[in-house]
Amino acid sequence: MSEEFKIEIVNPEKSFLVKEDVLEVVVPAFEGEMGILKDHISIISFLKPGIIKVFSKSGDENYYVEDGIIEFKNNNLSILTSTIFSVVDLDKSKQGDLLKKAELEASKAEISDQAKYLADQKVEVLRSIN
Amino acid sequence: MASLDDLKKRIASVKSTQKITKAMKMVAAAKLRRAQESAERGRPYSEKMNNIILNLSNGISDKENAPKLLSGTGENKVHLCVVMTSDRGLCGGFNSNIIKKAKSYFSKILNEGKQLKIITVGSKGNDQLKRVYGDKIIENISFKESKNANYFDADKVGRIIIEKFEAGAFDICTIFYNQFKNVITQLPQAQQIIPLNNEKGQNDSDESYEFEPDEDEILSNLLPKNISTQIFKAMLENSASEQGSRMSAMDNATRNAGEMVDKLTIEYNRSRQAAITKELIEIISGAESL
Repeated sequence: MSEEFKIEIVNPEKSFLVKEDVLEVVVPAFEGEMGILKDHISIISFLKPGIIKVFSKSGDENYYVEDGIIEFKNNNLSILTSTIFSVVDLDKSKQGDLLKKAELEASKAEISDQAKYLADQKVEVLRSIN
Repeated sequence: MASLDDLKKRIASVKSTQKITKAMKMVAAAKLRRAQESAERGRPYSEKMNNIILNLSNGISDKENAPKLLSGTGENKVHLCVVMTSDRGLCGGFNSNIIKKAKSYFSKILNEGKQLKIITVGSKGNDQLKRVYGDKIIENISFKESKNANYFDADKVGRIIIEKFEAGAFDICTIFYNQFKNVITQLPQAQQIIPLNNEKGQNDSDESYEFEPDEDEILSNLLPKNISTQIFKAMLENSASEQGSRMSAMDNATRNAGEMVDKLTIEYNRSRQAAITKELIEIISGAESL
């Protein structure tokens, strides 16, 4: 039996990625990283800043996301996100820009704990890509 | 009757107007294609978002304590209307259609004795509404400097709305925009976004989901995003409609200018001939009298 399932990543502007031969996806869910294999139970969760790892027969890919919602149902994984970048395409200057923005956000005094946590996460993840 | 010189000038001026409208039509046609594409590409996101929210709200255990963005404040006193129009004119009935729709809604609300607050997105709507409803407009947002509709702008509008909602500034929020059907038809729409109207749903409600973290937390995270998504959708539809409407308006204008040039040319030729005939008669009768 095949162990593949379908993934679809959409952002507001377009359908970002559609793949049919995915073996495993690791997503940075809000309460910790979560690996999804075929026949996972239906689940809805949301993401914190981190790296989505897609393992498929046609190669592995990594994506950096800042937020998003995932839904897994009937072996269809949908990821909705407003900010997503392929790690391969993420060059130094772009990464620097994002990092600067995240650091600025994290250094603000009057933000809520949750926003602060999210901004810190962004900084940490962006630094780790180097 | 106008003199030959005047006619000549008028023909030249109509011709140059025609050149402008023709160029605008071409530009609108090119932009329309891009706007239409991005409107179509943006659809999966808002559809999926809607689906997830539907599933979530079906699964929510405690309807009483559901997030206020979903269930509303329980009151129906203050209405916030977000009227989305374009920043540029010369696009036919595009802006007036939205304004007309919005105005009829406004008068309905005011007749019911409810309070009205208006946010205008796009300067044309503000121009048309501020004469009658100037005191009701609480905010005017315009994205003149951004070329295409983008999510970042939509998010800004969404945040303003949510901020006001959390401050208790209104109970019900409705957005007005033009839905793009095809190049000649755009339908003005009034869509309620707070509280969320989910009557048509209830499709596959027996599907059970696992939620992580729990439903309430996901919902309270998701609903603000949904507001921005709906605004973004409206912006995309609006920009496609604007270009479509401008294209057909400019097409009409070009055609009308063409007709006008034809008419004026005939008139010009006639009066030129009449002048020649008159001169000939004068010469002939002058020669005869000698």
